[in-house]
Amino acid sequence: MEFPQELYYTETHEWLRVKDGEVTVGITSYAQEQLRDVVFIELPRVGKKVKAKGPCAVIESVKAAFDIYAPLSGTITSVNKELEGQPELVNKDPYGLGWMFVLKMEDLTQLQTLLNAQAYTSIIKEGH
Amino acid sequence: MDYVPHTTQEKEEMLREIGVGSAEALFEVIPERLRKATLRLPGALSETELADFFKGLSGRNGHLNQYNSFLGAGVYDHFIPSVIGGLASRGEFLTSYTPYQPEASQGTLQVLYEFQTLVCELTGLDVANASMYDGATALAEAALLAVRHTERNRVMVSRTVHPEYRAVLATYLKPLEATLVEVQACEGVTDVSALKDRIDEGVAAVILQQPNFFGCLEEAEAFSAIAHEKGALLIACVNPISLGLLSPPGDYGADIAVGDAQPLGNPPFYGGPHVGFFAVRKELMRKIPGRLAGATTDLEGRRAFVLTLQAREQHIRRQRATSNICTNQNLLALRATIYLSALGKEGLRELAGLNLQKSHYARDEICALKGFSAPFSKRPFFNEFVVQLPKGLTPDSLNNRLYKRGIIGGLPLGRFYPELKDSMLFCVTENKTRNQIDALVHSLKEISRGRPRASRASKVRGRGTQKARKP
Repeated sequence: MEFPQELYYTETHEWLRVKDGEVTVGITSYAQEQLRDVVFIELPRVGKKVKAKGPCAVIESVKAAFDIYAPLSGTITSVNKELEGQPELVNKDPYGLGWMFVLKMEDLTQLQTLLNAQAYTSIIKEGH
Repeated sequence: MDYVPHTTQEKEEMLREIGVGSAEALFEVIPERLRKATLRLPGALSETELADFFKGLSGRNGHLNQYNSFLGAGVYDHFIPSVIGGLASRGEFLTSYTPYQPEASQGTLQVLYEFQTLVCELTGLDVANASMYDGATALAEAALLAVRHTERNRVMVSRTVHPEYRAVLATYLKPLEATLVEVQACEGVTDVSALKDRIDEGVAAVILQQPNFFGCLEEAEAFSAIAHEKGALLIACVNPISLGLLSPPGDYGADIAVGDAQPLGNPPFYGGPHVGFFAVRKELMRKIPGRLAGATTDLEGRRAFVLTLQAREQHIRRQRATSNICTNQNLLALRATIYLSALGKEGLRELAGLNLQKSHYARDEICALKGFSAPFSKRPFFNEFVVQLPKGLTPDSLNNRLYKRGIIGGLPLGRFYPELKDSMLFCVTENKTRNQIDALVHSLKEISRGRPRASRASKVRGRGTQKARKP
């Protein structure tokens, strides 16, 4: 299983790609595998203010439904509309076409609270 | 299924497992005087004595075959064809609680699917659920959906919506910190200009009832335009029988339609149980509360039915579910399905027409009496209407006197609308014969003129008067 080095991770299995004070968020390859086939994704409204660790999207698979948490506090600036018609992109390409939303952060120091690829990998190995 | 009691040994094992000394200790939170209370029951009776005892007890209840009733206001007396009881009580439908396993319950699931289809056809909306507890909770759930969907926290409701429905709405909205804003009424309908003045972008939904609590028809299209201009949802609470004649809510732009399906083949009982219905536009499908039956194909390619989109529900999503309703009102939804299927489109239209004609006949006859008037006479109405009584006659005293003549009068409105304390709400369905309506009018005339009450012999005893005639 692949966990790209350039990404940040959370214990709740989201990944983050940081670029110019904005972060793109999706779920990790591990998470999509656990969920199995994703059938529906409810995305947040663009412009919505979210708090770190607050629920902000819902992902529904053939197995269960889960909340996706905002990894950091900020404002949603765009969402991946493609997922409305093709939720399976989350399974096929979790770090690319399967991205979920973009968040504009209030405070860049928040990034220090996140995990790097090594730390996230070891958490998975411990069975979290 | 056999009854398998716990053995003493099993009970001891269970108590040991949870670390409790005795079963009695589990009930310690209940005050001891309540636990030790003894029931003062008479000694055992034989079967015949017991049957007599209960016959005596049930004989003290009044029922609608015995009284000529003009009471509606949320619970309606419609004719129930015997096919409904005949089919609904078939063994195949008498299953235990939660008959949703597709491998064992295709019949029940198909009925729910057909119920949903009929609700969609009636309301003109895309998706309906497998039923709610009743109209009031269906309406409250619609408001919750709107608050969730729009992320706004104010709900506007007309004062012409059933007052008890509004009370349930307030109860449901309170823990969400959402507020209910009431819009005043003017001459029996919502003051649409007040609605327009007070609505803003913080409003999640606007609620109208059609026909409204007073039986009058609201300007539904105006509601729709006002709500949608501000990005609010329009919730229509409708009487399903009236939809035989009136436009379906989907046609005038309702985003959610709810209502009570008690009028569809379910007796008034003693005010419950009822069954609610709930339909939405497709975009709101994933936010609908409760059970949803869907059609699919099984492994062998045959058409089959299952519960679907369950990830919205409490047993999957726990506290983040769309609603805490995790069931539906199966038996009564079954009866409503049989009722609508038996009537068909044309039958429902004719039935609604009968309600309209008989209620208008009754309204005109009553208001031709000296001192009686219809305060909202400018408004079109369906099968209920408000009557203002002559000076000096209160609704309560009128009802008491009607009751002694075997007639159940209308609902005194002062309880909910102090400004209408001299008025009452009458309901006339297809179930009223002309004789019964004339008997009401005759009694109103006598009572208002202060005549002595009619002798018992002339008391109208429901439909029985005609049947009793000897050939």
